[in-house]
Amino acid sequence: MYRTKFFDHLILILGAAFLIGPVVVALMTSTHEAAEIHRQGLMLTPGGHFVDTYEKVLTREGGFTGQVTGLRMIMNSLILGLGFAVGKIVLSMLAAYAIVYFRFRFATLAFWMIFTTLLLPLEVRIMPSYEVVSRLGLLNSYTGLIVPLLASATGTFFFRQYFKSVPDELLEAARIDGAGPFKFFIDVLVPLSQTMIAAVFIIMFVYGWNQYLWPVLMTTDESFYTLMRGIKQILQVWIGSQIPDYNEAFALAVLAMLPPVAIVVLFQSWFIKGLTESDK
Amino acid sequence: MASIEINSVSKTYIGGTTAVDAVDIQIRDGEFIVLVGPSGCGKSTLLRMVAGLETISDGTVSIGGRVVNDMEPADRDIAMVFQNYALYPHMTVYENLAYGLKNRRTPKSEIEARVAEAARMLELEPYLARKPRALSGGQRQRVAMGRAIVRKPAAFLFDEPLSNLDAKLRVSMRGEIRKLQRRLGTTAIYVTHDQLEAMTLADRLVVLNGGKIEQIGTPLEVYHRPASTFVASFIGSPAMNLLKGNLDGDQLAIGPAVIAMAGAVAASGAVTVGLRAEDLRSVGANEAGLPFEVDYVEELGAHRLVHGLLGDQPLSAMLPLESEITGRMTLAVAPERLHFFDAETTRRIETPFARQQIAAPVTFAPSELV
Repeated sequence: MYRTKFFDHLILILGAAFLIGPVVVALMTSTHEAAEIHRQGLMLTPGGHFVDTYEKVLTREGGFTGQVTGLRMIMNSLILGLGFAVGKIVLSMLAAYAIVYFRFRFATLAFWMIFTTLLLPLEVRIMPSYEVVSRLGLLNSYTGLIVPLLASATGTFFFRQYFKSVPDELLEAARIDGAGPFKFFIDVLVPLSQTMIAAVFIIMFVYGWNQYLWPVLMTTDESFYTLMRGIKQILQVWIGSQIPDYNEAFALAVLAMLPPVAIVVLFQSWFIKGLTESDK
Repeated sequence: MASIEINSVSKTYIGGTTAVDAVDIQIRDGEFIVLVGPSGCGKSTLLRMVAGLETISDGTVSIGGRVVNDMEPADRDIAMVFQNYALYPHMTVYENLAYGLKNRRTPKSEIEARVAEAARMLELEPYLARKPRALSGGQRQRVAMGRAIVRKPAAFLFDEPLSNLDAKLRVSMRGEIRKLQRRLGTTAIYVTHDQLEAMTLADRLVVLNGGKIEQIGTPLEVYHRPASTFVASFIGSPAMNLLKGNLDGDQLAIGPAVIAMAGAVAASGAVTVGLRAEDLRSVGANEAGLPFEVDYVEELGAHRLVHGLLGDQPLSAMLPLESEITGRMTLAVAPERLHFFDAETTRRIETPFARQQIAAPVTFAPSELV
């Protein structure tokens, strides 16, 4: 049997330190005062302002209108992330279901069209998308934020591959058991896809949570600001001799990290199963 | 409970491949029919057409007097058992059994009663709360059968249900399926490529080859009066020896050997002669018979299976342990034990002998099994 040696541990510890390091620096720095950070740069030791900085970040009503709190931004980010994840899963599961289980004209063509949109990420189509959303009068709304990004080639592809691995006999057994297309989907496919759903959920939630460019374009109303915009906002405030609130920016960044981390930790066993387990 | 009529049913795939070619089978109420044949002979396709999982290209299938060609599988009043069980992996055994009934809006109390009854019959009671993955292969197979039983369908359809089980379990499950079908009296169609399974289960066998029926008959009929060389070589283990022979009046020549036939066969010229391994016996070297050069011997315990050559044609003989095995032997066979097939069409040529044989079948009514 292979026994772990000193050198193995060293590599693992170095790797872990390398990954955790920046997070620790951000956390430590966020507990100091802005002026101190401006003078001395990044900190590695805890300062004494943890509670008041974080409280301020979460509850202070800032922005131009003086109404956006950190909590509000977290809420917006959550709505965006969850809306993205849930919407994408529902949409791509239905698309994959149609492609895999129904024989219709141009099914393969439809699949490849969906698949090629992988080559057209948001950044490429951002102007037309903006145009469409603004003509529909959906600027500054959650609908406008979420819906244009829902179609997901990645999700459709994942679910298509997964559905293809579900044995045909299961469909046949369900047909003999009197389950129509809708029942089969709800009673058999959805429960079977649980792990896959969890995996896609994580990927899509983090993707939605980290969106920056799209919300910047879509929202001018501060009550729709997401965390990602909030961080940027704090650093942009150069008024007179005022220095940016580095501590608050770091605090927001740390806060912004928590929900995705929580979700990954929560779903990680399902996540791994969903991506690696091919059959039941 | 119902009879099933399959009237000149064909299956032609897009592209012109014909998988099933004008098949006629009349299945009586409560009968156990086994479709048997090599892989690709169309037996599964035929079953799936009865089930409604494949469309019927031509002909009609009726179950209990209703033509079901255009009906959904669920409306045909059939239940199917699949080779890989096809249990819903995320449902417990109970839910698996109840799912079909639930979809039919059966009242809850009725579902509970029927599931309980099926579970008792199949000895699944301790496992009702388990998921299929926590069950062994045999238990999964029983759940799959339970799913068919609870529906109380007009017919059971089995698609090679025992192929995934190990040899020992297969034998015991075979018995269970047979007993269950007898007890419930439900018409059954069973597909297998295993001729032994076919022989032991069937009331009647349907031997299929290349999408066409070679023969329909009881196991004994098929065994003792194979309708063609295909059936002869497919049914029975070891397979029937098929040798090239020549009939000239009452003389049958097989390679170097000549057998006197007393003019019983209504044919002459080149024929294919069928010989069951167990019909051969060893005789003294001086007696008349078939000169046999032994190649190798398979020990089967109760018997020896001796492989060798008769002239230049391979031949196997099942000999009792008492028979002495030497390099060169002489084998004898009773002329009435010979089967004749047309060398061109491969169809059977009747002999009066064979008819006598089948006229006195084993008088064991299989229903006494129950």
